[in-house]
Amino acid sequence: MPLNLKEHLQQLSETPAPSGHEGPAREAIRAAWAPLVDAFEQNGLGSLIAVKRGDGPEPRRRIMLSAHMDEIGMIVSDICDGFIRTLPLGGIDYRVVLMQPVLVHGRKTLPGVFGAAPPHMSRARGKYPSHHDLWIDVGLPADEVAKLVRIGDLVTFDAPFVSLRGDRVAGKSLDNRASVAAVTVCLDELTRRSHAWDVLAVAAVQEEVNLGGAATAAYQLQPDLAIAIDTTFGAQHGVSDDESYSLGGGPTIGRGPNFHPGLFKALRDVAKEQEIKTEIEIIPGNSGTDAWAIQVSRAGVPTALIGIPIRNMHTPSEVLDLRDVSRAGRLMAAFIETLADDTLDRIGWRLPSQNGDPKGAEKDGAA
Amino acid sequence: MEELITKLAEAWGPSGYEHHVRELIRAEVEPLADEVWVDPLGNLICRIGEGPVRVMVSAHMDEIGVVVSHIDRQGFARFANLGGVLPATLLGSRVRFENGVIAAVGVENQFSKRTTIPGLDGFFLDLPENSGVKPGDPGAFVAETVWYDGRVISKTLDNRLGCAVLVETLRRLREQGTPHTVFGVFTVQEEVGSRGAMTGAYGVEPHLGIAIDISPTGDVPKPSPTPVKLGAGPAIKARDTGHIVPGWIKDLMIQRAEEAGIPYQVDVMQIGTTDAATMQLVRAGIPSGAVGIPARNVHTRSETALLSDIQHTVDLLVVVLTGAIERP
Amino acid sequence: MILRELSEAIGVSSAEDEVRDLIYRHIRDYVEDARVDPLGNLIAVRRGTGAVDLRVMVAAHMDEVGMIVTGYDSDGSLRFRQVGGLDARILPGTRVLVGKDRIPGVIGWTPIHLNDSKDTVSIERLRIDIGVTSKDSAQSAVERGELVAFDSRFVELGATVRGKALDDRAGCASLIALIQGEPFPFDLYVAFTVQEELGLRGARVAAQGIAPDVAFVLESTACHDLPPEDPDEPDQTTITRLGAGPAITVADRSMVSDPRLVRHLAQTGDREGIPYQFRSAQHAGGTDAGAIHLTGGGVPSAVVANPCRYLHGPHSIMSVSDFENQSRLLRAALMALTPAVLERN
Repeated sequence: MPLNLKEHLQQLSETPAPSGHEGPAREAIRAAWAPLVDAFEQNGLGSLIAVKRGDGPEPRRRIMLSAHMDEIGMIVSDICDGFIRTLPLGGIDYRVVLMQPVLVHGRKTLPGVFGAAPPHMSRARGKYPSHHDLWIDVGLPADEVAKLVRIGDLVTFDAPFVSLRGDRVAGKSLDNRASVAAVTVCLDELTRRSHAWDVLAVAAVQEEVNLGGAATAAYQLQPDLAIAIDTTFGAQHGVSDDESYSLGGGPTIGRGPNFHPGLFKALRDVAKEQEIKTEIEIIPGNSGTDAWAIQVSRAGVPTALIGIPIRNMHTPSEVLDLRDVSRAGRLMAAFIETLADDTLDRIGWRLPSQNGDPKGAEKDGAA
Repeated sequence: MEELITKLAEAWGPSGYEHHVRELIRAEVEPLADEVWVDPLGNLICRIGEGPVRVMVSAHMDEIGVVVSHIDRQGFARFANLGGVLPATLLGSRVRFENGVIAAVGVENQFSKRTTIPGLDGFFLDLPENSGVKPGDPGAFVAETVWYDGRVISKTLDNRLGCAVLVETLRRLREQGTPHTVFGVFTVQEEVGSRGAMTGAYGVEPHLGIAIDISPTGDVPKPSPTPVKLGAGPAIKARDTGHIVPGWIKDLMIQRAEEAGIPYQVDVMQIGTTDAATMQLVRAGIPSGAVGIPARNVHTRSETALLSDIQHTVDLLVVVLTGAIERP
Repeated sequence: MILRELSEAIGVSSAEDEVRDLIYRHIRDYVEDARVDPLGNLIAVRRGTGAVDLRVMVAAHMDEVGMIVTGYDSDGSLRFRQVGGLDARILPGTRVLVGKDRIPGVIGWTPIHLNDSKDTVSIERLRIDIGVTSKDSAQSAVERGELVAFDSRFVELGATVRGKALDDRAGCASLIALIQGEPFPFDLYVAFTVQEELGLRGARVAAQGIAPDVAFVLESTACHDLPPEDPDEPDQTTITRLGAGPAITVADRSMVSDPRLVRHLAQTGDREGIPYQFRSAQHAGGTDAGAIHLTGGGVPSAVVANPCRYLHGPHSIMSVSDFENQSRLLRAALMALTPAVLERN
């Protein structure tokens, strides 16, 4: 059945799966990937690992695609008179929660809302309350709340997926379900293409907290190459041009110390040859993504980053252009098609050879 | 347990210099364990039992301390911190060095700027002449342990209480037997970033990790917000700054506590973390939980805990480690 | 002179190729199994006599702090960000070399006649001028993502030397000296690492590949032994003092050094008459040892560092005697290193 990207992304966006508790996302993604891959592997922290074998002779090289499946959410830290206080799971921006609807996942899923003083109380308006002063109201009497909700229960935003004009959509958790969807596009494409290398698709846990899923998956899988996919800043009012990328302008390819220069160039060249619209994203240091953890796994992994531009990151109403998601998927598939026996040699570093020629290949980089 | 706690709390062992504490603990666990060894960074590891599930239970041996950084223009020793030393707790404190010398902590502008607290660089150590203490020497704070009315007040209950609880737990596992392979790991350098736990877990390669530490309570005026209280039993961790406990581990601990009638509370901590934060990310990932002994005044010379909470923490760990551990 | 060549070579974090090639040419005749790993680290083995059974790693980092081009203004000037720790206040008026073609440029600054703001400058407001006058010309000359280094010559001043990137090309020079000297009682696994300035990245990977029993790092470290500033301000440490010998780290932000190795280094210095000092833990930044000691099951580690004034800028000053004593001290310590040093009492 051909992949309906918008429906797939909608399902992923509306699944509640905050950092550390990604179970529902794992199940949804497993169901979507099962027809596209050959096998699944377990991981101690709960990341989903899917294996799509290449058709090259054994032993085959391996490329890892990592897209984190966790979303930012909250955890109940206190209950007082039926009102619920939270602490963040990942980088919640408590400035945007005032009067936002949420779901409290207790013994039942309870719709709630973050309360705020009414605008008539002018004293309250000048500043943002700390998360300690923000209470969720589920509209029930205290004794009922006590039966249904406990400290340690999870809270996620209640934000349905919405189609905007053109190819644009809005929803929660597009960071990073959009990237997961891009991996689905890639795996779907690969069912129609041949590839020599094994492809390991990882829906990683806990990126928003400690990059833990990607770090431990990379250790487990020992890939020869890795591509992390995450969202990046979409051009919008208030964000500088140097640090944002237009929606519909294509996914970004990361350039900077976090990315292997040979791998970056290879991806950029494939995008050009295949006429897939992309932008180059300059990142001077820590990319803040799974790529940062994967690059330093074991004896080092040549790593790249593909970014999907979204607006309003870490709010319940992130916005993106679906074409950027499918471009990201197609770029990965096209690149995977090019992977061959000599890829690592071609992209690796070299030492000067005996006659001093700096391009001589006495020992190369990715051995 | 009171004697053990007093002995451990008063022992000298700032981060990176845990050898004295290690010797004390080793003397306690050597008679109980099937195997005891020390790993490259100084973690003390002992094994009890042999079963298919390998569990690493950690308690850190180090305490926050200071290291002399230079002698100032007037001959007083200036210092940097080893771990989270709160400037507000320094005035009037005493620091002991490994050679036994004790120095009082003084502060610049003690009376003229008495309503503000300077950073660490505004404090100094008052060393006697010929003390033998020089730049590079580490020191730990001094405080006497006091017991009364079921309470203990001392320095370094963080985390010598955890160490005492682990020793006592291992003692009960020796008596009762355990179906699992339990590694009691007394770690180094937790206060500077849970460094010992990370390398210790790499060497031990457990299936499951449990960190024992203290949990600061929120039952004092204007606390760092947390639902944890003194007297309500061990705090089963759900979340802290560096760690989100997998649901099945938290639920397992709650289930065992309820089955055995052990009081407990659920800990969602705003600031601070435990050894589990680094343990869980080692190799291909080690799912980990944490148990906290509730305590007040953490990182001061008068940390405070209840004997009943301490004993219930041992009880909880014993029922978890003697029962089935199955991941759903 | 090796130190001059290394100081003037360009290798901003993540683009250390020129430095790596230079170092390789100096060590190739003395080492085996030289390779470049996926991060770009240069790793090799200096075979020993086999008298002692220890797997010993010594590291020095090749990268220097610098800048990266992020965009173009319509007048042809380049927007940029820092790579590694940089104090933006030192940048205005500085000479730089841009990109793989090393295009000379200057960092501009509004003249004092027209600007008397006391607010400290932020890097977003600065621009590099390479002489072109349009965005198109800038784009043809330099790609976004190319790196920018300080442009400064190495100068011998007598008792001291002055140059850029003494952090840590001096450490690299000391490591080359160790490699070119007599073999040690054990095989020495040497790592010239990348991206130290971005968070000890290369060293972590190098150590995970080598899996040593013990590790030493040759670094350069901050030194601020100028006349004291405000006598009303707290008595600040100088961190280290120039000319007082190589600095042994006891504790810094990234590591509490293994006390047995600190003791071994100090005892070696005392025995051999090599001066040394302890690096103050206040304001002390991290080193590659911070990453190395936490790899695998843990690696006891220590640091021997050259005091350098004006670190992370184009004109650092280092004492020649400190520098020479750095490799002397570590050589003597390695020659006397046995498993007994790592025993626990």
